Amino acid sequence: AARGCAGVWRRACQRGAGGPAPRGQRDVSCNARGGAVPAGKSGLAPWVPVVGLEIHAQISSNSKLFSGSQVQFAAPPNSLVSFFDASLPGTLPVLNRRCVEAAVMTGLALNCSINKKSLFDRKHYFYADLPAGYQITQQRVPIAVNGSLSYSLCIDNKMSQMVTKTVRIKQIQLEQDSGKSLHDDTRSQTLVDLNRAGVGLMEVVMEPDMCCGEEAAAAVRELQLILQTLGSSQAVMAEGQLRVDANVSVHHPGEPYGVRTEVKNINSIRFLAKAVDYEIQRQIEELENGGTILNETRAFDSKLGCTVPMRDKEGKQDYRFMPEPNLPPLILYDAKSLPANINHQQVVNIDWIHERLPDLPSVKRAKLVERYGILPEHSFTLLNEDGLTEFFENVVKQTQMKPKKVIGWILNDLLSYLKQHSLTVKESPVSSCVLADLLNLLEKKEISSTAAKQVLAELWKGEGKTPLEIVKEKKLELIQDQKELEQICQAVIDGQENE
Amino acid sequence: QKVSVEVLDHLEHLALVDFRDAEGVERLQKAIQFADQLHEVNTNGVEPMDSVLEDRCLYLREDDVTEGNCTKELLKNARAKVEEYFVAPPGNIPLPKLEERETFLQGS
Repeated sequence: AARGCAGVWRRACQRGAGGPAPRGQRDVSCNARGGAVPAGKSGLAPWVPVVGLEIHAQISSNSKLFSGSQVQFAAPPNSLVSFFDASLPGTLPVLNRRCVEAAVMTGLALNCSINKKSLFDRKHYFYADLPAGYQITQQRVPIAVNGSLSYSLCIDNKMSQMVTKTVRIKQIQLEQDSGKSLHDDTRSQTLVDLNRAGVGLMEVVMEPDMCCGEEAAAAVRELQLILQTLGSSQAVMAEGQLRVDANVSVHHPGEPYGVRTEVKNINSIRFLAKAVDYEIQRQIEELENGGTILNETRAFDSKLGCTVPMRDKEGKQDYRFMPEPNLPPLILYDAKSLPANINHQQVVNIDWIHERLPDLPSVKRAKLVERYGILPEHSFTLLNEDGLTEFFENVVKQTQMKPKKVIGWILNDLLSYLKQHSLTVKESPVSSCVLADLLNLLEKKEISSTAAKQVLAELWKGEGKTPLEIVKEKKLELIQDQKELEQICQAVIDGQENE
Repeated sequence: QKVSVEVLDHLEHLALVDFRDAEGVERLQKAIQFADQLHEVNTNGVEPMDSVLEDRCLYLREDDVTEGNCTKELLKNARAKVEEYFVAPPGNIPLPKLEERETFLQGS
């Protein structure tokens, strides 16, 4: 039976003259209301796309997973490498406590069962950036299993209609990152930098419960926010702290799953949605043209907007998994199982970590809606922009204007300006106090809202003038004096009579 | 029971070992036979052991930076280097297929 997602695709494009992207491809979203889309005029049976994700999140820690070298982006090549990272003989892995805590936090936030006993294994393959010839991972018994992640989508691109979906988390495992390979095609060589080799990763495996690019992107975005809130990973995709591989297949309702392809080299959440949608479309076209799908790995080419087969990696890999003999099982404790006389530095207590989990994004959003009376979709936008929630709350604190009105100014005026000029909230030329001052003038009816927008336009220039100064300069004050108003009206009426 | 040529070829690819000659393969077969004695032990209901150290406590290290910064030393081992990068071939050079390489396994 078709799993999870109710989204069903029909071939949206015409048979075209080829080109890398299937013709007629748009940003297609699933039929979120459920139910199969009936066969179209062409009589073609509907397709059910199936999307699963494997996400690697770099753990935010000072040092690496099994060694004391520093974790840092963009350092001189091979300067953050210990003898162990370089796989020199006679070195051994020593597990970093902080990495264990990060994985437990993440597991708890994703509603997983934490395995009190988990094991480390070796995954063997040859590559220049893997000096040991194997990666230490958790293949048999990972640290966390069977969780879930809830995320929200807008139906039909309207912010006002949001639907909540859930994707199951199969497992979270701790593993080592590899070094970085820089391909120098002109000299036919690869340059290897091991700074990244051995950095701790959490691999989050999501079950194939998604059905299109939009769902995949929304799920990853929510995971990113969760990781950033927990602090277990900074999850910045541009710096390689969050890497996503998508597994995509299509089948007809009621039939078994189709052959899946793995799509790699996806560098942003936007590209993730594009890559997944392209691949779904490509597979549908291929199958409808009588072709077959190969179980292969494909790379997303962001310039062309399509997926291409990756260089054949010597056929199907046999990783020859074996237990890591240098690491005994990882034992975690909770309040009940905590031994009496133990060195606390050597103990990771699941309950202790659980008690200290911060409010997750979903909780933060609910609190914002409850506290300020704003709409759920507003809370999404607030959390989506770094620093915007604080900005909003600061304005609310400093103004008499109701939060429900303030939010309009934040989302429509402030945010759109920032977006137009590619600025972050932190870079805003208008601070929260300045905006609060302006809104106070408006609230006290000293200016009209049209005037307020004019003042704001002036404030964006960042010349340091206060709202009041601008109002006086441009003579935007609302006239409150009854007599003065009467005089003006009379003058207008007199003027009309003369015509 | 002999180890098939396909398995030997597969092992040579995966582990880059070279069985070199009939004696090497014979040694492998004897090693497997020797290990097969394990089957004589009844292990019903016994959890497999990973290593003799599996009951030890896994030591947890504090998250401090204590290593690194030894680029020069590390690069001393490198056959080729370019500006503090290790140099490697452009990609994996897979072992040629059985028919195409010089191995005594071909004759088997």
